[in-house]
Amino acid sequence: MKSLISLRQASLTGILLVLLSTSGCIDALDRVPFVEITSATIYEDPANYKLVLAKLYAGLAVSGQQGPAGKPDISGIDEGFSSYLRQYWKAQQLPTDEAIIGWNDGNLRDYHDMDWTSSNEFVLGIYSRIYYQISLCNEFIRESTDEKLAARGIAGADAEAIRVYRAEARLLRAMSYWHALDMFANVPFVTEEDAPGAFLPRQAAPAELFAYIESELKAIEPELVPARQGEYGRADQAAAWMILAKLYLNAETYIGQPRYTEALAECNKVIAAGYSLSPNYRHLFLADNHTSPEIIMPIAFDGINTRTWGGMTFLVHAPVGGSMSPAEFGINGGWGGIRTTAAFVDKFADITGETDTRAMFYTTGQKKEIDNIFSFTNGYAITKYKNITSTGEKGSDAVGNFPDTDFPLFRLADVYLMYAEAVLRGGTGGDLGTALGYVNALRQRAYGNADGNVTELTLDFILDERSRELYWEGHRRTDLIRFGRYTGDAYIWPWKGSVKEGQAVSSHFRLYPIPSSDLVANPNLVQNPGY
Amino acid sequence: MNYSRISGGVSPAGRAVRSLCLLLMSWCCWVGSVSGQVTGTVTSGEDGTALPGVTIFVKGAQQGALTDDSGRFSIAAPADAVLIFRYYGFLSQEVPVAGQAVLNITLQPEVQTVGEVVVVGYGTQRKKDLTGAITSVSAKDFVQGNIATPEQLIAGKVAGVQITSNGGAPGSGSRIRIRGGSSLNASNDPLIVIDGVPVDNNGISGAANPLSLINPNDIESFVVLKDASATAIYGSRAANGVIIVTTKKGKQGDAFQVNFSTVLSSAQKTGTVAVLSAEEFREVVNEKGTPAQVARLGQATTDWQEEIYRTAYSQDHNLSITGSVPNLPYRVSVGYLNQNGILKTSNLERISAAVGLAPSLLDDKLRVDINLKGSSIRNHFADQGAIGSAVVFDPTQPVFSPDTAYLGYYEWLDPATGKPNTLAPRNPVGLLDNKSDESTVLRSIGNVQFDYRFHFLPELRANLNLGYDISESNGTVTIPAASAISFNRGGNDEAYTQNKLNKTLDFYLNYVKELNDEHRIDLMGGYSFQDFIRENSFTDYVDSLNNIYYKTQNTLVSFYGRLNYAFRGKYLLTATLREDGSSRFGPGNRWGTFPSVGLAWQIKDEAFLKDVSFISDLKLRAGYGITGQQDVLSDYPYLARYTLSEVTAQYPFGNIFYSTLRPEGYDANIRWEQTTTLNAGLDFGLANGRISGSVDYYVKQTEDLLSVIPVPAGSNLTNRILTNVGNIENRGVEFLLNLNPVRTQSLNWDFGVNVTYNQNTITNLTRVPDPDFVGIETGGIAGGVGNTIQIHTVGYPTYSFFVYKQVYDETGAPKEGDYEDLNADGLINADDRYRYKTPEPRVFMGINTQLTYKKLTLSTVLRASLGNYMYNNLSSNNGAYRNFSAGNNFLSNLVPSVLETNFQNNQYFTDYYIENASFLRMDNLVLGYALPGLRSDKIRVQVSAIAQNVFVLTSYSGLDPEIAGGIDNNFYPRPRTLSLSINLNFL
Repeated sequence: MKSLISLRQASLTGILLVLLSTSGCIDALDRVPFVEITSATIYEDPANYKLVLAKLYAGLAVSGQQGPAGKPDISGIDEGFSSYLRQYWKAQQLPTDEAIIGWNDGNLRDYHDMDWTSSNEFVLGIYSRIYYQISLCNEFIRESTDEKLAARGIAGADAEAIRVYRAEARLLRAMSYWHALDMFANVPFVTEEDAPGAFLPRQAAPAELFAYIESELKAIEPELVPARQGEYGRADQAAAWMILAKLYLNAETYIGQPRYTEALAECNKVIAAGYSLSPNYRHLFLADNHTSPEIIMPIAFDGINTRTWGGMTFLVHAPVGGSMSPAEFGINGGWGGIRTTAAFVDKFADITGETDTRAMFYTTGQKKEIDNIFSFTNGYAITKYKNITSTGEKGSDAVGNFPDTDFPLFRLADVYLMYAEAVLRGGTGGDLGTALGYVNALRQRAYGNADGNVTELTLDFILDERSRELYWEGHRRTDLIRFGRYTGDAYIWPWKGSVKEGQAVSSHFRLYPIPSSDLVANPNLVQNPGY
Repeated sequence: MNYSRISGGVSPAGRAVRSLCLLLMSWCCWVGSVSGQVTGTVTSGEDGTALPGVTIFVKGAQQGALTDDSGRFSIAAPADAVLIFRYYGFLSQEVPVAGQAVLNITLQPEVQTVGEVVVVGYGTQRKKDLTGAITSVSAKDFVQGNIATPEQLIAGKVAGVQITSNGGAPGSGSRIRIRGGSSLNASNDPLIVIDGVPVDNNGISGAANPLSLINPNDIESFVVLKDASATAIYGSRAANGVIIVTTKKGKQGDAFQVNFSTVLSSAQKTGTVAVLSAEEFREVVNEKGTPAQVARLGQATTDWQEEIYRTAYSQDHNLSITGSVPNLPYRVSVGYLNQNGILKTSNLERISAAVGLAPSLLDDKLRVDINLKGSSIRNHFADQGAIGSAVVFDPTQPVFSPDTAYLGYYEWLDPATGKPNTLAPRNPVGLLDNKSDESTVLRSIGNVQFDYRFHFLPELRANLNLGYDISESNGTVTIPAASAISFNRGGNDEAYTQNKLNKTLDFYLNYVKELNDEHRIDLMGGYSFQDFIRENSFTDYVDSLNNIYYKTQNTLVSFYGRLNYAFRGKYLLTATLREDGSSRFGPGNRWGTFPSVGLAWQIKDEAFLKDVSFISDLKLRAGYGITGQQDVLSDYPYLARYTLSEVTAQYPFGNIFYSTLRPEGYDANIRWEQTTTLNAGLDFGLANGRISGSVDYYVKQTEDLLSVIPVPAGSNLTNRILTNVGNIENRGVEFLLNLNPVRTQSLNWDFGVNVTYNQNTITNLTRVPDPDFVGIETGGIAGGVGNTIQIHTVGYPTYSFFVYKQVYDETGAPKEGDYEDLNADGLINADDRYRYKTPEPRVFMGINTQLTYKKLTLSTVLRASLGNYMYNNLSSNNGAYRNFSAGNNFLSNLVPSVLETNFQNNQYFTDYYIENASFLRMDNLVLGYALPGLRSDKIRVQVSAIAQNVFVLTSYSGLDPEIAGGIDNNFYPRPRTLSLSINLNFL
């Protein structure tokens, strides 16, 4: 029986062991991730700051941490749709004469129809992106103060570099607030003072937001890298001047005050910084446009390392369809989505591109008029963005999905046109002669000679010229609003107001509605008028 | 009735075999005794009728006899012998001869077993002491046929339990709902406990269904715990109910017994999705198409759906051995399943083995129960995209192209490049033939349980259970570079692996004391530790940039206790309390407390009913309890953490690409979701148990829903966050009725019906109540990108369809794009959508009936579902002329609804496509025959012919009205299966 007794003892011992191990097991509830890194440790290492900064830039380009899809940044929307650039582009281009899209995706059609509501998922998409970006910037700004760096023992060159990163984060936040001001006007306001949690941000009026963006950009100007001195892809002082210039140029829209003189001052700073026009207009939109001397700030993409189904992948694939050859665009297939309206086509006297090389239409098998929005062959196609280099090489992604082409977020031509417009609108600090010179510089590049040069400038001409020069670059909605041609009947284009011939729409569509889901989540918010 | 399943373990049969074993052991003792002839009659204790075919053995001897048609028997037996009477469906009896020449015996039916026990959480309970809503289904009542996964064994068998298979793919999983879904974003799946090991609900990579790794033939019983007074002992994981699975085991004294069974099946599709024929399609394109489109028409006539399906043959063989060497009962089984799917190339092959040992030691004071189950499955997953592709692929094109590019399959090419058109569907046959998607999964579940009854205090028992659930998956997906499927990226060659290790430790003490026949106290208290680790990796050999690795872990620690108290055996109380800690929540919110109380009154035992013979059972139950939910996708939702980007989501600064670090949104205050359940029920039995049943009314209220909701913009590091917001209520009535209208000597008819009414309502969704809140859109559909068709709104059921109200012309045809202006603002826009119907049925029911005539058995299982609606996504996505005219250089076939609607463009959001999908389905029809016993009844043979998915009655226009989630698209059709089953039992 001896063995039995020891068995009994063994089982009793076992029970005892179980009871003793209980307290140890409670500690087992403190599980930490294997793959993700906790915030507690991330900022201890000075090398990590640049990686967090990289996310703030990548937030404009890719849609998540997986690339092209997976681990999305924002949810509740298809990840490919959710990219900042894709959303921004749609919100700024689709409700205009420059672009129309043939996809039956939810309420996407409402953009061109100009009859969106506060429950439109695409309006929510750009709104969510803007605030996602602002939240990420806030987090970095909060974690990179001098005090926190000192507390973590980060000093010297590391601290110096991080101070510049922090200024860039503030610039990116200011840029997103400018987008919010431009599209939504009355929006939630959060800064690095507001730690993440369950709180209800207050709503800021346009004047406050305007002043905040202005003061932030002014404050960081000395901390940023001088224009054209930093690494490609990162914002420098010229990027801050660009945002300021745009803020001032549209100040009448935003806050009812003319600020053209200030706009001119910022334009002058950019022009003086030494940027030059790309010799060939069409090269600005190709796979090697990162070499352009004209681009002030890009949103960068790469066929191998920076992949998304939004961003430039969208802008290169979606306009290809019908009988167009995907190979000529350096891609494996078109998505048959975006075309343009006859109103934009008519901005060019010669649409072949033979005279004005900025006319980049594809007409074979395409009808100029649009009978059916959903049919790609209705409306001329646009061949602006391609994933081939200026020497005809295909981009780096062998499969042909993801372009190397960068998005020209800010470029010198825009500055020239802003300069001319600010002068025409009465700003001081510039003159008409210089303005004419800038405009003709653009036209001379477009024509290859002086045949297209103009001798006088009018505001109407500037609006059309901005469209010819900057179409599909995300400026059109803001421009039309500034010129009073967006809502109402001052300017009608096909399918405006959801009828083929186009019709006037109510002025409240100048602003997008605060998405209904945020009104519910945040009772501090009041809806924009008209919705 | 299936003999093998009964003999596998239910107690009466087990007892009989045990006797047989004793008989063998005492062989030598009886030799030499004097024999005499014993005669008599055996009758049923239920109705007094004679029982024919009762087996009579002399205990300890080999000879046996059977009763004749009048129940009479005659057997030679020594005067001091003991006779054993055995009859299926009745309790066996041992009767000493004691010198008598005539013995008249009455056998009691098994259903009246007194003291029958039911497995509940952490222990067992006598059935008559139960206070909660608990249903058990044992092997003899399982659904039969070609069944590869365990949960299908009880489909339609239990009131309040909805088991919807995910389709007809081999080993396909099921959506199991007990009393409706109680959660929005956390799991709605019940907790499944297999032999004391709570398995994790999440999928296993490479397996269509984690349960497909369990051989249904090894299962002895299911116990479904439905209300909180029963489930709360499982606390944090019990909000959706609990299913306790017990596998077959050997029992003390079991004789050596071998069982072999084989099921051979043939499955065929029941129909195809209606699409235009080649002729009809030609006609439409010729009439409506542009010259370019007409030119694309081919010369062939191909019925693509005929090309992708096949008659699928399957086989399932099982061998088990049970027995007992002294003090060591055992059961060993092996199984082999090879199931082909009707979609060509789909296949599941499973080899499984199980060992159960139950030694008892220390004078039976220490009982050890060891269960080891292991299985290996090999899957070939057919590309289910072929199903959708076969619907839309142009029927005028041939399967094979004279052009041998792209492996000889006809494909839509881009005219400009000659390469496969990236927007067009791929050749369905090519998808099946050229994509090799295979996996091997090994899984083992095992536990060892020590149950020790203290020598010095026999009322006290200690129980330690150590369990594990481990799985290892390896899968590959390869596509040749020349195939059009993946032509642009140069083919496909990827591999994935997953390792899961889940561990369980339970320890409890149980004290049972009866005091002077008045009070019975059963007290239990314990501790539990559960740990779940999952590790995934993915390797892409074509594009190494896609490689991914992930590992995650979560842990639960719990303390629990239960008191069962019975006063005079008729006033019953069960109270439980559980405290759970989850690693998913922060230290301040980690612990949840889950109490419950259940009361029952055994009215039948009261003096005033004791002598009312018409009423054989009457019991009133009421229960209340709180259960929890923490099963969410993320294991660390409360922690502030950063995620490093993969190499394909870097950002360039200068010439250097930097991986990025992203802060994750988090809710530091996230905590348990809680469900409060009230249940009131009545069990009844009439006419000596020939009419029995129960009625239950329940209210389940879930609060602090773990929901993914929009955060106030700017307030967190995400736009939507998993947090505790919202309430859902499920209310319902369950009704169960079992009838035995005919019971004679040769004819028996059983009939059972269960009916469940469930009403699901969202009662709150926002932190700040807001009547204007539209809701949370959900239910992604095919067509466009990111389109959804359903919504969660306060005051409506979850997943309500959210659609426009279609306007019809005078001929009754829908007017394209014309919807009712429901908010009367003069505009037709997104604000005019309304909530119309839901995919969940108002009422669902199961009907089981079995007719036995002598050795023939005919049985069937039907299920009905009423008031469930379906979004016909196949129609909406393929029912517009745009489908062939979108201008993307290919043609797509259409569904016939387009001829009625004449839609030019797809109208995804019209209520026209929401159809009533109520149905009545005959799941199963079985004709069985028990051959007369061979070799002195030592070999028993049962043969059955089984038909599954016999018919479906519905007005739904699509192929199958039963699709979990209510969106019909790309559904792997459920086949009709005919099987032949042979079961051999060697005693």
